[in-house]
Amino acid sequence: MKSALKGLMSAMICGHLWIAPVAMAVIETYEFSSPELELRYQQLSQELRCPKCQNQNIADSNAPIARDLRVVLYEQLEQGATDDEILAFMVARYGEFVRYRPGVDRNTILLWAAPGLLLILGAAGLLFHFRQRPDAPVSDLTEAEQTEIARLLGEPQD
Amino acid sequence: MQAKKFIPLAAFAVLAGLLFRGLSIDPTELPVARLGQPFPDFAQPELRSGRQISVSALVERPALVNVWATWCYSCRVEHPYLLNLAEQGVPIYGLNYKDEPIKAREWLAQLGDPYQLNVVDVEGSVGLDLGVYGAPETYVLDAVGHIAHRHVGVLDEAVFQRDFSRWFPAVASPAAAAGSEGGQ
Repeated sequence: MKSALKGLMSAMICGHLWIAPVAMAVIETYEFSSPELELRYQQLSQELRCPKCQNQNIADSNAPIARDLRVVLYEQLEQGATDDEILAFMVARYGEFVRYRPGVDRNTILLWAAPGLLLILGAAGLLFHFRQRPDAPVSDLTEAEQTEIARLLGEPQD
Repeated sequence: MQAKKFIPLAAFAVLAGLLFRGLSIDPTELPVARLGQPFPDFAQPELRSGRQISVSALVERPALVNVWATWCYSCRVEHPYLLNLAEQGVPIYGLNYKDEPIKAREWLAQLGDPYQLNVVDVEGSVGLDLGVYGAPETYVLDAVGHIAHRHVGVLDEAVFQRDFSRWFPAVASPAAAAGSEGGQ
């Protein structure tokens, strides 16, 4: 009984492992005229953001709009458009939102500057912190108490 | 030294303020890339007549351009309100987005037709040029035919009064036109 159950479970697990790659292969494939174009397709489709399901790129998304954008991307690549031209085409329609690496403008400057600003802020904070330390009182003990401690620790007195 | 104690409190207040502001921001609302631009040109058939039309067919100003399809459930929800608007004299152009024209004509025959005309966009290419990413979406063409506003989702009385009424001051206020509140 136990071994039968075990067998069933391992069959189920194996079944799932076998099904998984099939389930992931729903996204269509394209025939590219050159491997270089295919590489650019992979890169651009991962850099373009799906307007509908906002935290996926168009390569991962199954939304109809993501599929449309993949078709456009494929067609434009085959027609010899440059990366910049394709990105400009997408941005003209869906805004800088559609790029995971948006251009620097009034809305995105804070986003781009944030790592540098935070680094400077952190460094300044650390500097401030360590500068202050030596000025702080080293001990709250009175002179007599300190002498007593020194005596107990057996240090030579001066 | 006393002021230093309040640094964590101040930091917390700033963070809480930012997070509270974040609660009222809708992250699914995208900026409209085409804002202030003319409606993109197209060459597509019209739904009822079948004749080829271009952007020059959208003559009424200001007007609404409503992106809809028979596969879109929310479009059915907003349809009565579009009929209501059309009755009140708002010119509405339809963009029948990635739909089957036969089904679309049936839909209009059954539910009523609020549209001046309908651009048939089976491939979704006009939608793509416009920056459409779903249906329903409703655009405002202002007095010079530029895209002045977009609403994503069901257009209802409340949304119209809030965002659209400045282009269509003649449309009755909610008090006058009782009914069609709610939706989703």
